[in-house]
Formats: sequence, structure tokens, C-alpha cells
Amino acid sequence: MRAHLAVLPPLLALAGALLVALSTPLRGRGARPLAVGTAAAAAVAALAGIADVLARGPQRYALGGWPPPWGIEAVLDPLSAFTMTVVAVVATVALAAGPGVATVYGRSSSTFYALALVAVAGFLGIVASGDLFNVFVFLEIAAIASYALVASGGGPGLLAGFRYLVLGTVGASFYLLGVGLLYVLTGSLNMADLAARLPALSDSPLFAAGVAFVVVGLAIKMGLFPLHGWLPDAYTHAPPPVASLLAAVATKAAAYALARTVLYVLRPDELPVGTVLAWVGAASILAGGVLAVRQTDARRLLAYSSVSQMGYIALGLGLANAPALAGAYLHVLNHAMMKAALFLGVGALAMQGRGPALSALRFGRRASVVGITMVVAALSMVGVPPAGGFFSKWYLLQGAVDATQPGLVAVILIGSVLALAYCYRLTEAVWFPPADEAPAPQTPRAVRLGLVTLAAGIVLVGLVSGVLVERLLLPAAAPALR
Amino acid sequence: VTPSVLPGLALLPAGLAVGLIPLLRARPVLRDAVSVVAALGQTTIVLLLLPQALAGAAPVWQWLPLAPAVPLELRADPFGTLFALVASTLWVLTTIYSIGYMRAQQERHQTRYFACFALCLFATVGIAFAGNLLTFFVFFELLTVAAYPLVIHSGTAEARAAGRMYLAYTLTGGAALLGAVAWTQALAGRLDFAPGGILPAAAAPAALWGLLALFVVGCGVKAALVPLHAWLPVAMIAPTPVSALLHAVAVVKAGVFGLVRVTGFVFGPELLTDLGGAGALAALAVVTIVGGSLAALAQDNLKRLLAFSTVSQLSYIVLGAALGTPEAVTGGVLHIAAHAVLKITLFFCAGSLYVAAHVERVSDMRGVGRRMPLTMGAFTVAAVLLAGLPPGAAFASKWRLLSGAADSEAWVAVAALLASTLLNLAYFMPIVVRAFTGEPATAIVEAPATMLVPLLVTAAAGLALGLAPDHVLSILSLAGRTAASVTSP
Repeated sequence: MRAHLAVLPPLLALAGALLVALSTPLRGRGARPLAVGTAAAAAVAALAGIADVLARGPQRYALGGWPPPWGIEAVLDPLSAFTMTVVAVVATVALAAGPGVATVYGRSSSTFYALALVAVAGFLGIVASGDLFNVFVFLEIAAIASYALVASGGGPGLLAGFRYLVLGTVGASFYLLGVGLLYVLTGSLNMADLAARLPALSDSPLFAAGVAFVVVGLAIKMGLFPLHGWLPDAYTHAPPPVASLLAAVATKAAAYALARTVLYVLRPDELPVGTVLAWVGAASILAGGVLAVRQTDARRLLAYSSVSQMGYIALGLGLANAPALAGAYLHVLNHAMMKAALFLGVGALAMQGRGPALSALRFGRRASVVGITMVVAALSMVGVPPAGGFFSKWYLLQGAVDATQPGLVAVILIGSVLALAYCYRLTEAVWFPPADEAPAPQTPRAVRLGLVTLAAGIVLVGLVSGVLVERLLLPAAAPALR
Repeated sequence: VTPSVLPGLALLPAGLAVGLIPLLRARPVLRDAVSVVAALGQTTIVLLLLPQALAGAAPVWQWLPLAPAVPLELRADPFGTLFALVASTLWVLTTIYSIGYMRAQQERHQTRYFACFALCLFATVGIAFAGNLLTFFVFFELLTVAAYPLVIHSGTAEARAAGRMYLAYTLTGGAALLGAVAWTQALAGRLDFAPGGILPAAAAPAALWGLLALFVVGCGVKAALVPLHAWLPVAMIAPTPVSALLHAVAVVKAGVFGLVRVTGFVFGPELLTDLGGAGALAALAVVTIVGGSLAALAQDNLKRLLAFSTVSQLSYIVLGAALGTPEAVTGGVLHIAAHAVLKITLFFCAGSLYVAAHVERVSDMRGVGRRMPLTMGAFTVAAVLLAGLPPGAAFASKWRLLSGAADSEAWVAVAALLASTLLNLAYFMPIVVRAFTGEPATAIVEAPATMLVPLLVTAAAGLALGLAPDHVLSILSLAGRTAASVTSP
């Protein structure tokens, strides 16, 4: 088993998807435990991957025994092991806790779980892959499942899903075009092989065009401003269990692909990619934050918050010094947990109450567990220690200060204030006493358990972030440093 | 520097209380007993640290790395020990007072109240003992958040609006402080507090000015420096014991404590004076001292009046730190303790008046002193002593501030201190006169003993601290040692 850890997580998720799909005749019975079980198995495999990388160092895995650069290669290094763990663990919690699966899908819940596992397999595949074209394949696997998931609730979700499909395909096509240009230039698709060949060819205009297409394509997938057009509708109109899964992990896989291709393979030192990325990230932080503050629908507020928070990750990748990269990677974890928690909470409350409008989310003290865990996630978003979100911002700030970029320092801090404004609106809405005293139905136990797990995780990651950064994230960043 | 678990252990009583109090929701007596025991426990541990702090041993406790090479570090140096002592001992009295107040008022959500109170004290001890800027920031932000439920305790629209304003001010200040911490790391390459400062004198003046501005905004919001003070009078909507301990001792003092740490242990008086930042900070303090007192004159609501008085008095401490001479720093640090005991007495009295006579406004206080002689007696003593008349606690601190200001020929500061004394008397004396003249409208009796005893104790402590500042928990020695370490490291 140990030799296959690099590919085990995506394979487990894919096998799970198949099993859940085969269970369709059972009319949804057993779909949830099967899906959660395989996702959890993928998470365990990913965690084992981290342990293995720490013990033995990075490993390359030739699929089917075909040696690279001809065969397809998977890579297990600190960055991929870490990101796979984030995706698999948070996806497990989101699948286990996703509110309202029965309400939305009824007896066809196996459709939801099968599609969700295909998407998760796609995200994990993006991370595991050591081959640029293979990244595209998994991007599409994940994306097609995601389009279907967003549209699966019907209603406005259909249009949102279609819009997501159009823009997502544009993004994927840009990426593919970029990879094609690079293939023309080098004759290779293997990441390690490309990284070795490209330095000699980097003054070619093909290289510049290839890099530009790859970066723009992945920026669309990440939902960075001003390429975020698909994201707010998709997250707003997707059914609650879909929103909490996709909002947590979908954009993170794209962010990983961007980091991996640009910083570890293409390394376009001569091009201003880093500067552009940092400032696009800054624009995302500000625009997403300002737009989030103005929303009256809790889901849309959270969606714009994602635009803002992905901006932090892009900013860190753009700065690309050691603390900034550690901060960006740590924020992948933190944002996945806090966004999953907030979407779970909002989804659960909206389903028990009068919908997701901020003015209708008034639960007061009846929100209890949901309300408290949402406050923890919101504090992490604002960056209040000891919640994890503070520590990612701390490293990003250090990165910006080290790069003597006072403008970016200011943006990071202003982003915190914007996060305070929109998180305050959300949590105050939840904690505002309801207009009537009619008892609300109890939040399902699975949702409460998931929320408590995420809230505990947020604080725990904050407390151990120093160790995490030193042992895993700084080594992950090291190969990307100039 | 000696490794010791005691500074870390000081967090334990309050931390345990935060966990236990919600579990004892159904048993109010036991729940309140937990608060008292935790407060006593915390005080005991801090007292155990006192001899070592006085001997210059500075016990240090380190735990998890918050970031590579920056551990969570708690260090009991003289300055931190002084703040922790003041906060812990006053927590004991405030807990007793709170129990009386909350029961007399039949307040709702008492469990949440006592749990949040314990969390605030947890954070305050963390702030006091924080050995580096990152640790300080962690507890500073925790205190901000923990105090929020206490501000909005009543749950009314007005309280929520006050809470929103409080969070907007303090967390925005927190963002500025975070920027300052990150910048310090870049400039100095370290984050620990060292007497005399850690910033290199060779750094560009523009960078140092920017850094100072961020620090002043970051800590100045909690320290209620004009023009960052607006949240404090509004936050007086909170229950009176909250105003007493948090808005006179813990939260606002965390702000000035932070400013003293910044001037004395990050910049250092020498660098700050060379930069010209000391003058700017002193000017800000003078404006706040005079402006706060003038605003207090115009208030009719007693708690708002006390809040503006707090705004003014806090800047005595900032002024001492800015002047940077041994005398002035000693006076400023001593004023942390002096203002704490006297202002908490005044707030305790305001709460007793509210509970016993439902009096909130100065204009309604006619004759209450004849029905509540002990309460108003304590009020009068505290008011007179806070104005700086001998032999009170504030005289001990103000005298040193004055002589420090005179030594450095800061005549504007001298004038401001003297003017503030007169203004203090001008807004306190009408209250005292009104309270002891005329007949009160209804039959009124003194507040319950749980409220009366704490306020008499703090009034007496205010007097004792003036008469023998070194025999009350060695406060003067701690202040003197702090000043000596900062000014001649």
C-alpha cells in the first residue's frame, strides 16, 4: 500500500463514486455511509501520504509502470500531500454533514453522493498529478461533476450551472491552450521534464503565451476578480450540501494547480506573473470584500467572501517568498474549513427557517451550536487569534513586508476589516432574536457534529500552525523559491 | 530569566472557570462560587510571582511555537506583574460586586456574563505576561472578542449598536496593530519585549514613523486616545460591573499597557525621543487629557461622565511613557494602579446608586448622599483622590509625572496636568455637593453588602496606595523597577 499512496486518495474516491452509483437500486439507502466511508478512507490515505513524505521525502509514482516522460506520473511531495489531505478531510466532513440531502434529492440521493465523489476524485487527481495534461483531465472530471451538482437542485440552479459550465469551459480551454503551446515548445507534458527543459527556452514568445493562457485559465477556475463571474450564482443557487462541498474545496484545487504549474514547473522569472498575480489577488480581496458587505442573501455574501479569500491565496502565490507561500498554503486549509463551516451553518438554518436571506436567518439563542460554530468560523475569517485564519494572514503579512510592498500590506489589513464587516452582518443576523417564538426544528445531529468538528479544527490548526508551517509548509514552499 | 511554569499557570484558574461556568448553568450558587475561587486562585498565583519579579528574576514560560522562532511566551517582569496584580485583585472584588449586582437586578444570561468575564480576565493576564508582540496580539484580540458579549449584555437595539461600534473600533485597531507587529518583525528581526527597545536606531525614520502610527492606532483605540475614543462612552450601556472592571481596568488598561510596552520595550525612550515620536505622542496625550476632562464637564449621565474622565486619566499614563524620564515613567506606570482602584470605586458607586435608587443622572442625585452615606462617602473620597489631591493614590503618581515633566521642561504637559486637576474637581464637586444637599424624593437604603463592601475596600485601597505606595503589593517598587529597566537598560 505504502508505494501507492500518491494515487490512492483519488482512486479511492473514484471507486467510491462507482460503488455509490451501483447502489442506486437501493433508492438512496446506504449511499451516505458508503460515500462518507470512502471519502474518509481517501482522507486517511492522504494523511498517511503526509507521514510518508515526512519520513521518506518526495516520491514520484509511474502509473502502470510506464516510466516518465512517456507514462503518466503522480507526485507525492509536501505540497501535494498537504493539499490532498485538506481536500479529502474537508470533503469528508462536508459530505457527512451536508444539510438537506434528503429534502433536495429524496430517494435519488445516491446521484448526489456519486457525483460529489466524482468531483472529489477530480480535485484529488488534480493535486496528485505530475503531468500538465493530466491536470486538465482531472480539472474537467471535477468540473463536469460540479456543473451537474450545481444544477441538480433545479430552479435557478439550472441557469447558474449552465453559466458555470460556460465559464468553466472557457477556463479549462485556456489552460489546455496554454499546455498545448508549451507542448509545441518542449515536446513534453511531464512536469519534472518540463521544469528541466524550460529554462533554456524561456525567451520564446510561445513560452510567454503558454504561461499567460495557463494563468488566466486557472484564475477563472479559482474565481479571482474580475474572472469570478460564475462563482456567486453557482454558490448561491446550488443545493446546500453542494454549496458546502464546492465552496470548501473546488477553488482550492484550482489554486493548487496554479501554484504547482507556475511556481514549480514554468517558473517564469522573466515575466511579471508574480506581480500581476499579487495585485489581482489584492483586487480580489478588496472587490470581493466590498461586494460581500453589500449582499442581503447569506449564501451570496459567503460567495463573494470566497472571491475575497481566494485573493489572499493568489496574493501569497504572487509574492512567492517563503512566508507568503506558507501563508497561502495555510490559507488553503483555513479557508476550506471556515467556508465549509459557514456554508453548512447557513444551509442548515435556511432549510429550517425561512430561507437564506439575512433578514430571515434570525434564530437568536435557538441557533446555539450552529450559531457558536459560525462565530468561530467568522472570527477565523476576520483573523482573530487563536483561530487559524489569523495565522495565514500573519504569514502573508510577513511575506508582503519582506517584499517591501506596503500597498499589499495595506490591502491585507483592509481585507480583514471588510471581512469583519460582512462576517458581522452574517453572525448578527443569525444571533438576532427571531420575530416569533415558534420553536424551530432541531438542527440535524450530523450537521451539528460536522460544524463542531470544523470549529475545533479551526482553533486546533491555529494552535499547531507554527509546527505545521515549520515541518510541512516551509519545506513545501522551498522548491518554489528563487 | 528563569524558566518557570507559574506565568503559564496564572492563566489556568480563569481558563478553567470559562469551561466550568457554562456547565453549572443550573446551579447558580456553585457557578458564582467558581468565579470567586478562580479570581482568588489567579490572585494567589500572581502573588507567588511577585517576589521573583521584584528580584529581577523574570520567570518565563514558553509553549507552542506561534510561528517559527516565535513561541507563545509568558514572562513575569515587573511591569507585567504590576498589571496582572491590579487586574487579578480587582477581579476578586468585582466578582463579589457582580454577584450582588446581577442578583439585585435579576439580570438574564448570568451564566454567559460570568463566563465571558472569566475569559476577559484570562486574556488580561495573557496580555500582562506576554513576552513578545505576537503573544501580546493573540491575547489582545481575545480580550476584544470576549468583552463583546458583555457590552451587548442587555440585548436591546441600543446595546447592539454600541456593540457594533465597539467591535468596529477595536478590531480595526487590531488590524493596524497586526500590521505593526509584522513590520516590527521585518525591521528588528525579533518580536520579544526588551527593556529599552528592540528596533534598530539605523532604520529609516519614515519607516519608524509609520510603525509608530500603526502602533498608536492599534493600541490607542483601547486606550481611548482622542480621536479614537468614541466607542468608550457608548459602551457604557454595559452592566455597571463591566464598565467598572473592563472599561476602567482591563480593556482600556490593556491599551495603555500596550502603548507603554511599545514605547518602552519596542522603540525604547531613546529612539522615540531621537525620532521626535515622543513629542508627538505627548501632544496627543495632552490633547486627550484636556479634551476628556472638558467633555466630562458637559455630561449629565453619571457613567458617561466617568467614561470621559477615564479617557482623560488614561492619557496620564501615555504621557508618562512618552516623556520617557525615570520619574515620568514611574508616575505613568503607578497611575495604572492608582486610576484602576479609584475609577473602579467610582463605577461601583454608580452601580450601587442605580441598583438602590435607580439614579443614572447627576441631576437626579439630589440628596442621595444622606440616604446612602457610605456609598457617597466612598464616591467623594475616590473623586477627590482621583483629582490628585494628597494623600491619595493619584497624587503619588501625578506628583512623579509632574516632576518628570518639569525635569524635561515639558511645560505644556505640566500645565495640562494642573488644568486637569482643576477640571476633575470641577466635574466631581458638583456631584458631591448635590448628593449631600436637599432631600431625596423617595425612601432609599444602601445597596446590599456584597456591593457595598467591595467599594469600601477599593476606596480604602486608593487611600492606602497614596499613603504607602510601596506597602500595597509593592506597587511602587514594581513601577520603579519598570521605569529603571526601560530608561537605563
